[in-house]
Amino acid sequence: MSGGRCIQGLQILGVGLFFCLPLLLTSFSPLSRQAAYILGVLNQVGLYAVLALSLNIILGHAGMFHMGHAAFFAVGAYTTAILNTVYDWSILSTLPVAGLTAGVFALAVAAPIIHLRGDYLLMVTIGIVEIVRIALVNDIFGLTGGANGIVGIDRPMIFGYRVTRPHQFFYLIWGFAALSMVLFHWLENSRFGRALNFIREDPVAAEGVGVNTAHYKLMAFTIGAVWAGFVGTLYASQMRTISPGSFNFWESVVLFMIVILGGSGNQKGVLLGAFLVMGLPELFRGLQDTRLLCFGAALVLMMIFRPQGLLPPKGRRYTLPPDVAR
Amino acid sequence: MILLSLKNLTKSFGGLVAVAGLSFDVERGEVVGLIGPNGAGKTTVFNLITGAVRPDDGHIFFNGNSLEGLKPHRIVYLGLARTFQTIRLFPKLSALENVLAGSHCRMKSSFVASLLRFPSQRREEKAALAEAMRELEFVGLADRWRDEAGSLSYGDQRRLEIARALATEPKLIVLDEPAGGMNDQETFELRDLIARIKARDITIILIEHDMGFVMKVCNRLVVMENGALIALGRPEEIRENPKVIEAYLGVDD
Repeated sequence: MSGGRCIQGLQILGVGLFFCLPLLLTSFSPLSRQAAYILGVLNQVGLYAVLALSLNIILGHAGMFHMGHAAFFAVGAYTTAILNTVYDWSILSTLPVAGLTAGVFALAVAAPIIHLRGDYLLMVTIGIVEIVRIALVNDIFGLTGGANGIVGIDRPMIFGYRVTRPHQFFYLIWGFAALSMVLFHWLENSRFGRALNFIREDPVAAEGVGVNTAHYKLMAFTIGAVWAGFVGTLYASQMRTISPGSFNFWESVVLFMIVILGGSGNQKGVLLGAFLVMGLPELFRGLQDTRLLCFGAALVLMMIFRPQGLLPPKGRRYTLPPDVAR
Repeated sequence: MILLSLKNLTKSFGGLVAVAGLSFDVERGEVVGLIGPNGAGKTTVFNLITGAVRPDDGHIFFNGNSLEGLKPHRIVYLGLARTFQTIRLFPKLSALENVLAGSHCRMKSSFVASLLRFPSQRREEKAALAEAMRELEFVGLADRWRDEAGSLSYGDQRRLEIARALATEPKLIVLDEPAGGMNDQETFELRDLIARIKARDITIILIEHDMGFVMKVCNRLVVMENGALIALGRPEEIRENPKVIEAYLGVDD
């Protein structure tokens, strides 16, 4: 189909142009304040896009109402911050540990609640994110710095280059986003991704035809948390200062909103959601006072007219082996 | 060889005794019909066998294993597949993906192999596709593989559910009212399908209310009333059994 190929070509062109953007913006050296601001917003969108993509595995694919994703993000960010500032680990070496810690934490808190359905799970996950935030405020283990958080986190070093400027972070963050999208795309199109969809559609039928539903739900939760932990590392090294306020309930709601608004179960939809939810408010800074009102109204309208999200998932495409094709 | 054995199976829901001390065996290669009036406890027996409901008392042995305490997916893995009385397909997914749901428990690719798309994972995926298409072909739905399961006709949905169950590579398949909602032509084709399943060395237990159908396809019938077994035997014996006639038609005072 030439129409499909044409759209695909445009998409590749768009992605290519997007990745050239920093070069364009930084060509007026030194980096103008305007350009730095735009890149800062794009980096923010990128971080939230990856967080939302990881939430999409849990919420979009497995259909579990999880509104506490900021908790796992926080665990990752604090792991990196503590290892870096207290134990002098380099930022990149904390990345796997941050993911692992967030994953183990998710496994521990999700195991007893994973059988809960719908709103019940939602309530408990809101509880999780609040408990984490309060624990951080109370300087748990004497490591988290209380309400002030942790300051003086290092910049990441990649192949001897220190990543400090917004356009450098742009490539780090969006490179990681691209990698995540490829890996998650593969995951979605495997028996793992299918199993999550069977659970979302009908957990009783899924269990009844041989899918270990409890195991897959827990796995979805854990992999989502591991990825949120990775993003925590990037975030901590970009901000250099982290505090409990960055990981509150509202952040979880924003992530939830990105997935639902963009189209749960569709990566492109989630990406679009990230741009809309994180980017649009920046464009309308002039409407400071009524911004949340407009936002709320937009969400209500969405739920009435397009509850499946802006870009609902299209379903997997299968190519039959030639000997069975028809 | 006895494939499935129920021993003194008992289950109550609140004050209602749904299954009361039921025992019977199923031989390998049989087609057994489980019949009885509405509310006799037939579907509960199926739910007990497939692990969807836990018995209060009694034991189930399948192919030498006790099924006690096993979750439904483990029982499927041991080779016992089912269909549901009220069709439970994944209506928004394609017919092919519904069958792949059955293939899932026979696939081995790990999480990491899926995330990184190892060559072994791609090979397995290809083989599973071909296998799923064979099952669709087997039930006569191969040309509908792309269609959403929910868009298929009632009879086709029943057959798709059978294909999904067959994809789990069962030794025993339990069919809960397979002819329910089917027209005469579809019921006729279902008889042929059941014969072909039997020819694949798969043992079958089915619940069905269409007596003409049951009499023709089953080797043996188990008749239940009020949760207990009232008769057991070949269809022609059951037809003459006074207790069965009484259960179905009532008796003159």
